Amino acid sequence: MSAPRTKKATPFLSTVIHQPYIWAIVALVLLLVINLIKDPGYLGVSFNAGTGNLSGNLIDILRASAPVMMIAVGMTLVIATRGIDLSVGSVMAVSGAVSMQFMSTADGSAGTAFAAAGLALAVSAVLGVVNGLLVSVVGLQPFITTLITMLAGRGLAKVITAGQNTSASNEPFRWIANGTVFGFPVVFVIAAVIVAILAVLVRRTALGLMIESIGINPKAARMAGIRPIGILISVYIVSAVLAGVAGIFSTASVMTVEVAKTGLSSEMDAILAVVIGGTSLAGGKFSLTGSVIGALLIATLDKTIVFLSIPSSATPAFKALVIVIICLLQSQRVRALFARRRAQGRPTPPSSPSAPPNPASTRKETVSA
Amino acid sequence: MSTLLERPTSGPARSARPSLLTRLKPNLETLPTLAAVLIFIGMIVYGEIAYGRIVQANTISNLLINNSYLIILAVGMTFVILTGGVDLSVGAVIAISSLVGVMLANAGWNPIAVIVLMIVIGSAFGLASGILIQFFNVQPFIATLAMMFLARGLASMLSTTPERLEDDSPIRALSTEWTLIDGPKINDLVITPNVLIAVVVVLVAFFVLHRTRLGRTVYAIGGSEQSALLMGLPVVRTKLTIYVISGTLAGLAAVVYTSKLGIAQNITGVGWELDAIAAVIIGGTLLTGGAGFVLGSVVGALVLGLMNVLITRDGSIPPEATTIITGGILLVFVLLQRLVVSRKRKT
Repeated sequence: MSAPRTKKATPFLSTVIHQPYIWAIVALVLLLVINLIKDPGYLGVSFNAGTGNLSGNLIDILRASAPVMMIAVGMTLVIATRGIDLSVGSVMAVSGAVSMQFMSTADGSAGTAFAAAGLALAVSAVLGVVNGLLVSVVGLQPFITTLITMLAGRGLAKVITAGQNTSASNEPFRWIANGTVFGFPVVFVIAAVIVAILAVLVRRTALGLMIESIGINPKAARMAGIRPIGILISVYIVSAVLAGVAGIFSTASVMTVEVAKTGLSSEMDAILAVVIGGTSLAGGKFSLTGSVIGALLIATLDKTIVFLSIPSSATPAFKALVIVIICLLQSQRVRALFARRRAQGRPTPPSSPSAPPNPASTRKETVSA
Repeated sequence: MSTLLERPTSGPARSARPSLLTRLKPNLETLPTLAAVLIFIGMIVYGEIAYGRIVQANTISNLLINNSYLIILAVGMTFVILTGGVDLSVGAVIAISSLVGVMLANAGWNPIAVIVLMIVIGSAFGLASGILIQFFNVQPFIATLAMMFLARGLASMLSTTPERLEDDSPIRALSTEWTLIDGPKINDLVITPNVLIAVVVVLVAFFVLHRTRLGRTVYAIGGSEQSALLMGLPVVRTKLTIYVISGTLAGLAAVVYTSKLGIAQNITGVGWELDAIAAVIIGGTLLTGGAGFVLGSVVGALVLGLMNVLITRDGSIPPEATTIITGGILLVFVLLQRLVVSRKRKT
């Protein structure tokens, strides 16, 4: 309700409001500047002519951002439908466990690597189907469904490896995490390609609109002829498969799956990336670009904390605090407060048109409260 | 309860839902809880036949002693689920509360102060969730999820290694074993102060839910929050209160658990929110709120505890699979609930 008014008054402010991930970009630049102060050569990217590889801190950040980017993009689509996928971290562990367990008994050929990855993604997809069916067909609340798959999935990963941290050796599989394509890390290239494909799928077709309409008003979406079941199942499958990809990324670098630790609290990173990117946890409009920037920010934050040798034990609490703060900022009450304050700042014409919406919004709140 | 629900039925426009609810009420409230009791008895009978040594004093005592924390958690969760909400933060709250408790107790703090502080930590997290939900319109699962992340994060800030409570700490006194009936060999009926705490919690919760205004309001909010508000019930205050209750009981469960085990870690209580939700759902409380019994949740907690006993006795099921089974049982019960509710709606 405040948007049209501000658009007339200050166009710059309105663009800032319309692109919430501008703050993520600011934070990203800020972190890089902090690193730059600590070490002026931080942003340097060197080219190794012998191997054709790029190396440097920025490349490391890109490499580290790939798994977060995968789960964040999947989570964005799920959250856009008013759902949530708490199981991403466990699906990562399951995917890693399946691939490592498969390769630990097979030979080290490229075919084995492909089969392992395929099998891991297939198992992830099955978990996604379970989530999707329970949410769409049965009509269970998403958080309870994915809470079950989150805890049962962690158990499943432990059952697959019999509770062991299985290791395997397979050079082609390892290449996924440690190799490079045109100098860039393979994981980042794969992630970028997947994100690009998904972006085209949801933005160049009506799919994105359908997802948003389900999130904004499921009943109206159904009245408008959108079949929610297929779309809901698809987004949960996409989320699970992307989590499977993330699981392959994060286990391939060490070629070991730690069943209790792989992907632990990754759902927090994914949710954090999504909310930083400006997608509301209440569903509806989503921004894949925002989530990708959110993932880059999280990877940069993680790397910065290591770089500045700050104890990393404080990171989860800090991330959680950011989620709480963004939740507060996204709430109606705080928005109404900001809108009122902005209206008070300009006493002349805008104060009179802003007067009616405010009581209306507060009245709506008291009824819904 | 019935008077609360009947009032809206007098209005012609709103007659559909509440009247249906009143008609469903006897079945919905008693049937699932009855099913839980039958399952519990069935599990006892099966266990006695298949493995033996189930119906005897020390097994029953251990069941109560080992699950007193879960019973307390389930009671808190019952309040929240009855209003149609959920509290995902309880497991993480136990982690932070027990870590703080153990570290302060080892630092020489007065044990009473430590216990009070542990409970207050739980209340504080509950209050934070409640404020987020009530005043900022955040969905319950998101608000409590954020609190879960926060509590878990703070816990890992404190320590990532197991902290051991000194054996002579007075807090351990809560798990002193009192032998009530001295049976042959080790077959004694034993209870600990922890069990008594759990029993008191259950009795107080039963009284509050069924004999006080707060309890009636809880049920009314679960039936229809809008109606409760229109009836002039203190919805805001009640919803805040139930999240504080849930948090406080999580803090109390942390005291009980810490005194029994004597170890606290940042990963303590991972997945306990699922156990608590499962106990409540198995006990016959509707996930959508409005109907259920706190005594049912106790039975649900005991069913889960007995399941663990049976899995251990059986030995062929890997312990890692326990969470899968818990998840599966929860799923089956939620599906049954939906089936019962939708069938009743049709007829």
